[in-house]
Order: sequence, then structure tokens, then C-alpha cells
Amino acid sequence: MKDILEIDDLHLEIRGMAVLRGVDLNVAAGQVHGLVGETGAGKSMVGRAVLGILPGGARITDGNMAFDGIDLAQLPGASRRRMLGRHMSLIPQDPMTALNPVYRIGRQLSDVLRHSLGLGRGAARRRALELLDEVRISAPERVFNQYPHELSGGMRQRVLIAGAFACGPKLIIADEPTTALDVTVQREVLRLIRRLQRNEGTALLFVTHDLGVVAKICDRVSVIHSGRIVECGPAEALFSAPQHPYTRALFAATPRYDRPGERLMPVPRQLTRRMRDDAAAYDQHRRAMARYA
Amino acid sequence: MGERRLWRALAGNRRVVLGGGVVVLLVVVALGAPLLAPEDPLRQDLLDSLLPPRWSGGDPRYLLGTDGLGRDIFSRLIFGARIALTVAVVAASLAAILGTVLGLVAGYFGGWADMVISRLVDIWMAFPPVLLSIVLVAVIGAGLHSVIIAIVIVDWTRFCRVVRAEVLVQREQDYVTSAVTIGLSRWRILLGEILPNLLPVLLVLLTLEMGIAVIVEAILSFVGLSVASDFPTWGGLIQEGRQYVYQSWWLMALPVACIIVVVVGFNALGDGLRAVLDPVMRR
Repeated sequence: MKDILEIDDLHLEIRGMAVLRGVDLNVAAGQVHGLVGETGAGKSMVGRAVLGILPGGARITDGNMAFDGIDLAQLPGASRRRMLGRHMSLIPQDPMTALNPVYRIGRQLSDVLRHSLGLGRGAARRRALELLDEVRISAPERVFNQYPHELSGGMRQRVLIAGAFACGPKLIIADEPTTALDVTVQREVLRLIRRLQRNEGTALLFVTHDLGVVAKICDRVSVIHSGRIVECGPAEALFSAPQHPYTRALFAATPRYDRPGERLMPVPRQLTRRMRDDAAAYDQHRRAMARYA
Repeated sequence: MGERRLWRALAGNRRVVLGGGVVVLLVVVALGAPLLAPEDPLRQDLLDSLLPPRWSGGDPRYLLGTDGLGRDIFSRLIFGARIALTVAVVAASLAAILGTVLGLVAGYFGGWADMVISRLVDIWMAFPPVLLSIVLVAVIGAGLHSVIIAIVIVDWTRFCRVVRAEVLVQREQDYVTSAVTIGLSRWRILLGEILPNLLPVLLVLLTLEMGIAVIVEAILSFVGLSVASDFPTWGGLIQEGRQYVYQSWWLMALPVACIIVVVVGFNALGDGLRAVLDPVMRR
């Protein structure tokens, strides 16, 4: 299958500190690709780099990113903005703050449609209502006229998902979309994302630290550590037979419902320290990894 | 947010009701001055000069008595409200527009634009504001326009500082990131997404600034730098009343009372709005 997103040897610095140190990542069209790693491993930065929404002080120092065969670095600003929303979108982490508090839900959804697809007012309204229905919001008409603070976190995340799928993009970056939700809502939201993704044939880069989530939704998984992809493979293979010691360390640190009472192993302390500023650190800690080998 | 809930919250706040009442009263008096005033505020009658208010034995024709030239104080106070309101609305709005534009640019675009604007604000704030406005009006000449220009030039920094700080907070919010990811341009995000979130703050600042503008206008007309001296302004009335303060204390006390009531009204409204809008809008 064709790759919709190709990232090749991406290096990124924030104020001179190396955050990504040569990330290679390919997302196939129509697939869900999980990107797993600890806090600070650089996983969110990968998604942000693709979308071009890096925080202040962050700079891409090397590497290539191609979306649907188009080199993103070569693309002028205006074309890149047109691509955003239309062909590529984001499901953000925190549904509480990702909607503008002063506008009604309907207006915010319609704005996306009108801006990216050039729909008229009436058409945008009809499509927005359809979208709200598609994300299983039971009273679309009512929610359409509500303000963000009148909705629960789960409802808001559904609205944001509707927004991300609104223009039928080829790629959606989901940046920890379930982290801010409680577990029961998490499940529904995951199912919803999975269903829409299948129906629309959208590729999804699913950034998370939650291995349980990865197991539920992903076709392929990349494990990122200290700004590098340490292991990449089909989800099943990776879960049944992790190759890299770090991946094993990560699994050993995760509780599993099928093995209650199992002792959890923390990831070795040397590895959890901030070592992203030191390119050699990872290799130095090979020995600490050895016990997972 | 539900509009109805907002109105109910506003109506339930004592300061909003009190301040709003004073401001509405000011507007009504200023707009209806020709109808409300019993006498021509400029008509002199030297035979009836320095009459006390009606209740302390004055002429029943003059509710609040007359000044040294026999002009009706009540009518002069009513017409004085026109100048006060004009200056409050026009000067505060223009200062708000100027300060907001510069604050938005400084906060959102940062870099050298922020450097230049922020340093400018710092330099501005080093001048004592009343002195600066007196010097300004002295240089550009007396008159209503000059008073307004002076207030705008002195007070835009209030808006600029607050707006800049607020933009710095808002632009880090996720909804701005969302707006970027749907491909909106920077200006569209600044004006269409961020600015509406600043409206509560701006409304509060604007109300407080109107109170300040009333005081500054009074100061400038007190020192004779506002409108032509025969036209009544509250500051001018204080200045005239000062000469007779030992014989007719009310000549000075009444305009002072007007200024105090109006300024307290604006401040109460501003504080009340801040209390009501903050928790509702920031949820």
C-alpha cells in the first residue's frame, strides 16, 4: 500500500536541545499508525512537525517530510495552509481548551467547512449537523447551538473528531486524543475514531503513551525513545514478540488485565532521565537494557 | 454561553445595577439636556446672582440656586453632563482602539514589533499622566478636540498593556492551534478567534477608562484648557465656584458631587462587569 506520510531522518531542536534525532516513520494510506513513547520522548513533536505547528524555539534541523508525495519543506506557506484542514487535520489532546469558548459549536464546525471546502452557509450547516450525527451526538440540533462550556469533555472530543473528519482528509494526526478523558468515555471515543477512519479510509497517526489504546486501535506501531524510533512493526507482531529491549521494558512497566498480580517493572531510571540532549546517552544505557533482552 | 444566564448574572450584581443606573442616568441627562434644563445655561441675570438652592430659601425658579452671574446652576450642571459624556465615550473609545490594535500586534506577532511597542509603553508610563495631558493641551491649544486627543495619547497604554498580556495567554490556547490546523491566516486568527475572547476584558477596561476620562476632562477644564469658558463643564463650574466658596459653598460642592457620582458609577460598573464576566466567560 502507498505511504501517505513519509518521514525520513527528521531532526528537530528546541532552543538548541535535540528533541528528535533522526525519526523515520511511514504511515500507509488508510492505516492507523501508533506512535508510542514516554513523556518527553518527542512523540508529539513528530505530529506537530508534520502539521507545521511547532512551538516557539523549535527548529527542524535535518530530514525530509513528504505528504502524499509532496515535500512539506518545499511548500510555500499559503499552499501549506490550504493543505491543512482540507487534506490533513488534527484531533487535539485536550478537548477542554481546543474549542474557542466564545463561539457556538455549530459555527465552529461550519467555519471549518466554509473555509476549507468553500461551502455556503446553508450547505455548511447541513453538513455540520450530519457530522454531529456521525460522531453519535444524540441531539445534533441542540448541540449545534450550544457553547463549548455547556458540553462535557467526551462530547467536546466528539465535536473535535467531527471537525477533524469534516473535510475528508487523507491524514489525521491524533495527539493523545483520549488522555484527557475518563476510561469509559475513552473506549467510546476510540471506537468512534476507528469506525470513522475505516469508513472514510483515512490514515491516522495516533500519538499516545498508552499501550492499551495502541493495542485496541493500531495496525502498525512505532516505538519512540529519546527522539528515535527504536522499533516499528505490525501491532500484533510487536505485542506478541517485541524485539527491542526498550519496547520490552515498556511492556514490563504496563499493567495487564490478563496477568493481575504480576509485578510491574519500572523502566530503568537511567532511561527515564532527560537524555534527549545527549545523543550518546541512549547507546550508553544499552547495559541497563540488557536485562530485558 | 446562554445570553439569558448572562443577563441574569448582570442583573444580580449590585455594582452592575448601581453603576449601570448612574451611567444610564448620565446618558439620559446629557442627551435630553435641552428638554430637561429649566433655564438657558448661558442666560445671565445679575439681579438674581448667588441665590441659594430652593430648599434653603432661594428663588423657587432656581432649583439649585444661581452663580455669581445669576446663571441657573441646575441647568449648567445638566449641560455640563454633555461634555462629560462626550469626552468619556469618545476619548475612552479612541484610546481603546489605539491601545488594542498596538497590544494585539505586540502580543501576537512578538519579535521586534513587540519590542518597539513595549518600550514605547514603558517610556510613556514614565511620564506623570496629568502633567503630560496638561502639557499636551497647552501645546496643541485648548478645546474639546484637544482634551480628547490628550486623553487618548496619555491613556492608550492602559489598553495596550492589558491586551498584549492577554493575547500572550490566549495565543497559547489550544483553540488557536486548532485554528492554525484548519489553515486560517494569522490575521484571521488574531481578529476572528483571539479578539472576541478579549471582549470582556476590553469592556471592563473601557468602562473604567470612561471614569478616568471624566476626571481628566474636569481637571483640564478646571485649569481652563477645555471648551470655551462660558459653556458649562463640571471642571469649569468648580473653578468658578471656587471664588465664592466662602459665601456660596454649593457652587463648588454640586459639580464636585456630580463628578464623584459619575466616576463612582463608571468604576462600579467596571468592577461589577469584571466580576460577572470573568467566571462566566472563562469557564
